[in-house]
Amino acid sequence: MRWLSAPAPRALLALGFALTLWQIVVWLSGVPHFILPSPARVAVSLWDNAPVLWDHARFTAFNLLVGLAAGVVFGVATALNLALSPQARLMLRPMLIFAQAVPVFALAPVLTLWLGYGAASKIVIVTLVIYFPITSAFFDGLMRLPPALQDLAQMMQATPLRRLFLLQVPQALPALTSGLRLAVVYAPFAVIIGEWVGSSRGLGYLMLMANGRGQTDLMFAALVVLAAQSLILFAILEWFAKGAR
Amino acid sequence: MTALCLQGDLWLGNACLIRNLALDLPARGWSCLLGRSGVGKSTIARLIAGLPGAYRLDGRLQPSDGLPLAGRVAMLAQDAPLLPWADLVQNVTIGARLRGQRPDKDRAHRLLAQVGLAGMESRRPAALSGGQRQRVALARILIEDCPVVVLDEPFSALDTVTRLAMQDLAAKLLVGRNVILITHDPLEAVRLSDRAWLLGPDGADRLDLPETETPRDYHATTTLAAQANLMARLHLSSTARCAG
Repeated sequence: MRWLSAPAPRALLALGFALTLWQIVVWLSGVPHFILPSPARVAVSLWDNAPVLWDHARFTAFNLLVGLAAGVVFGVATALNLALSPQARLMLRPMLIFAQAVPVFALAPVLTLWLGYGAASKIVIVTLVIYFPITSAFFDGLMRLPPALQDLAQMMQATPLRRLFLLQVPQALPALTSGLRLAVVYAPFAVIIGEWVGSSRGLGYLMLMANGRGQTDLMFAALVVLAAQSLILFAILEWFAKGAR
Repeated sequence: MTALCLQGDLWLGNACLIRNLALDLPARGWSCLLGRSGVGKSTIARLIAGLPGAYRLDGRLQPSDGLPLAGRVAMLAQDAPLLPWADLVQNVTIGARLRGQRPDKDRAHRLLAQVGLAGMESRRPAALSGGQRQRVALARILIEDCPVVVLDEPFSALDTVTRLAMQDLAAKLLVGRNVILITHDPLEAVRLSDRAWLLGPDGADRLDLPETETPRDYHATTTLAAQANLMARLHLSSTARCAG
């Protein structure tokens, strides 16, 4: 059973087990396929609708990636500013906490109203949703410089900017990685909500349409594609985090 | 060349730690401050190094030249903070980089060789032993070229043999500076100091040391006798305090 200790076979085994269980439930219960399609039906739908799925998946992936990039850039920039300037902390922190208290998902209809049915509204929703976890995690990391390193900076007469980039930022990278993990989990939620609220393209739109027409197998196929996107994002992040260590 | 004169009462919060401090720390040689834990040794280290704290000196700390001390004091503490993400050369040159100066990498290599770490320049601190980490911290002090060096129990976390080796190394490399050694180890005090004080709540008592050159041989009868005397003084001061 040594081959079981490697991650890839373990993941495949778990997936295989879950799919088998799903198939057995469908067989035994006799649920109609428009309520719960069997994994086999979903696989067939994935194959048959591949061009459609690909087209919608590209739109969703674009929104996801641009939104993530914008959220990370804004979040990191805000955290650096907060760490550098006590005035900025005084002004911005209450605003940040207030912004966190507003459920951004609830703003999705307004954003669609303002920015239209295209990519812009989805990108802004993703950016807003991940902005806070990134800012908050990175800022906390930046402010948690161990006292001994604070002493070192003081004795070496460090300039504030160099203290930030040579001591605080490297120290805060693990915290930023935690923020990014949260962001990668939240971002697909955000993009789907955005596409549900008002869109003519994207996996969220496709799922809504398929559900409305009773094409539950297509809806599950879209879900599989979305899950694959999330997993790829997560894998890329873990690969980066490993490289940074 | 910076001699220091420290006089006055040292307070920590609302409590007076040491009254009537009067220390003359000459520009060359090792001055040792001994005392039990909690007497205020590390507070004095932070005071001289100009580090923030809840302490207050009701008196004066004055360099002989009357110029500000900032930037002229280097400190080596028990667990010197190294940067875990940086290699040894980057660790040694961090001071210059923090000030925005060009780091002198050749000098860092030479100093790392002097402290006995030649060939390990590209390692990270996690790959070093405790003694090797203190050697890196020593090289980081040497590259700063400060006239005043505060050693706050620098070798207490090391095993006895490593400690003796580090004492010899520090004595050799820090020659000609105003070194202030803070310790609770009588042997360390006797081996390294040119003059020593025992700190207590009522001030600093000057201690007698052998006339020989430092670092003193730890088998020499004069060293052993001085160590025994010092132990007796420390023991006496603690029993007096418990009885009082």
